[in-house]
Amino acid sequence: MRSPTFRRLALWGATALVMVLLPLVFRQGFALSMLSQMGIAIIFALSYNMLLGQTGLLSFGHAVYYGLGAYVCAHTLNAIGAGKFHIPVTLLPLVGGLAGLFFGATLGYVTTRRAGTPFAMISLGIAEMVAASALMLPGFFGGEGGIATNRQVGAAWHGLSYGPQIQVYYLIVAWCFLSMIAMFALTQTPLGRMANAVRDNPERAKFIGYNPTRVRYLVLCLASFFAGIAGGLGTINYEIVTAENVGVAASGSVLIMAFVGGVGHFFGPIIGAVLVSFLQSALSSYTQAWLLYFGLFFVFMIMFAPGGIASLITVHGQAVRMGLFKRLLPGYVASGLAFLVLVAGLIALVELTYQLSETSELGKQFKVFWLALEPSKWTSWALAGFVFAMGLGLFLASLRPVRTAWQSVNVELQARGAA
Amino acid sequence: MNAPALELRQVHKSFGRTPIINGVDLAIAKGERHAIIGPNGAGKSTLFNLISGRFPPSSGQILLDGEAITGLDAQDINRRGLARSFQITNIFPRLSVYENVRCAVLWSRGYRYSFWQRIGALEDVRARTEEIVSKIGLIARRDRPAGVLSYAEQRALEIGITIAGGAGVILLDEPTAGMSRSETRDAVELIRNVTQGKTLVMVEHDMGVVFGLADRISVLVYGRVLAAGTPDEIRGNAAVREAYLGTETA
Repeated sequence: MRSPTFRRLALWGATALVMVLLPLVFRQGFALSMLSQMGIAIIFALSYNMLLGQTGLLSFGHAVYYGLGAYVCAHTLNAIGAGKFHIPVTLLPLVGGLAGLFFGATLGYVTTRRAGTPFAMISLGIAEMVAASALMLPGFFGGEGGIATNRQVGAAWHGLSYGPQIQVYYLIVAWCFLSMIAMFALTQTPLGRMANAVRDNPERAKFIGYNPTRVRYLVLCLASFFAGIAGGLGTINYEIVTAENVGVAASGSVLIMAFVGGVGHFFGPIIGAVLVSFLQSALSSYTQAWLLYFGLFFVFMIMFAPGGIASLITVHGQAVRMGLFKRLLPGYVASGLAFLVLVAGLIALVELTYQLSETSELGKQFKVFWLALEPSKWTSWALAGFVFAMGLGLFLASLRPVRTAWQSVNVELQARGAA
Repeated sequence: MNAPALELRQVHKSFGRTPIINGVDLAIAKGERHAIIGPNGAGKSTLFNLISGRFPPSSGQILLDGEAITGLDAQDINRRGLARSFQITNIFPRLSVYENVRCAVLWSRGYRYSFWQRIGALEDVRARTEEIVSKIGLIARRDRPAGVLSYAEQRALEIGITIAGGAGVILLDEPTAGMSRSETRDAVELIRNVTQGKTLVMVEHDMGVVFGLADRISVLVYGRVLAAGTPDEIRGNAAVREAYLGTETA
């Protein structure tokens, strides 16, 4: 049995290694830009979870700090390009972080006066306010077109010009890794633990000497700092910042990442960021209905795995270690198969519906997997409907054995945990 | 320097137009174990909420070690050396037993809102936390989430959180409520043990606990102190017997 410190170091080392080696495995251009996007999303989602998972603050406006950090970086980059002053592009994300910190310290002072639903509503209000000012103050926000910039400024330092995407990727990896370690370290400090305490019971925190408002405020400042770093990397990566980056949709997206990954575990948002970034770019290249699938996926996760993927992993890890997984396996296989049928039927129906509204000249016939479907033929609809109904029926019927198996496993896990 | 550890002068509290506390005077000496008893609705818990800063009094003065704490925020009062427990268990349910106690130790050791120190490396915090966890008898449960503990264990943890910061004045709100006879015996032992050398004020309904622990007793009826004195004096007080004790000890 190795010590936990050793295991933790090994895990960090493996993470770093994977991030460094990934571009050697996925060599296509779109893979590299997707990986870059994932790295940025990881920082952003982890910073969001400092609020939601660790302090119990449900924010609908975290993109404000990402976006404002990105805008400040775009202006900084343009100023460097104009020769007004010089900082290396490598350190530009720090400028984003400081900008995030500044806006966190000012706007957050208002939002963190309250917790719970009022906090959520105020954060939404701030997000709308900043998004509205993006169109009202074109000098800073660049109006509808946003602020475009060029990351290749200054002389290349040892060949580091940030022209090629691979250099940008490794810049993102470096900042991502540093930020991950820093955010993990923060959970291990007095403030990090008091954030958990305030999440659990703010009233009680007062009676052990802590001001819960102050705890929330400090955590929000730090979370905004990391969101700003992510924003700065976004500026370097995309070379454009628009009002969308501060908008409510961007804030919703990071919420979904954290939630799908699992807010109860430190590593949850990392998984969520990777998965959601992947779905966003992969699904959108396959189908126009990708937002619908994405939404259904989110609803499915909330219904069946409210603790996110991270809690699925930890609970199943326990079950496997205690030799209880074989009880779950048969139910999972049955449910999984039924689920595939359900999904196939669903995809067929959705795509048929989408084809109806399409006025493309590509012809109305299309394929779902190996099957040719045509929206003008009623047989296509009947087939899709039949598969969907059958899948739904099978899936619902398969849930009961899974649930029973789960209950028995849970009882045992709890009994052994208590021993 | 002979100021009482805790002193209340003509404290009043009304919610809307309903008066709950009607001019309470109370002086509790350093090191005293003081019980506040009284029928339901007498205002005992409200009195605790006023002293500990959960809400401010409508009028009157509250002094801790001779200094006014009237109207201060709860955290400020706690930092000056007054800690309290709650009648309804009030812990951090998702944190482990150990974390619950450790959080309660942090402020008193001066770590405040530090986000630059590793909590696991703070030797003084670790030693103090382990001392408290062992005192409240929860060593075997230290890594369990507090929310899954049994009721009696949660009550012990509640006391642990209350004393962890090393406050000189401890307020316990019905520490044995809802406990079995043997659990109550253990709880009394624990309270006696952990409040040694401290000033203890407690609200309690169990007369066995009150007469076993308290040096002095105040009887609160309709938001007023009806009588105060040693347990023997209170037992012998006719007005108290009529108003309150008669119904329970007769």
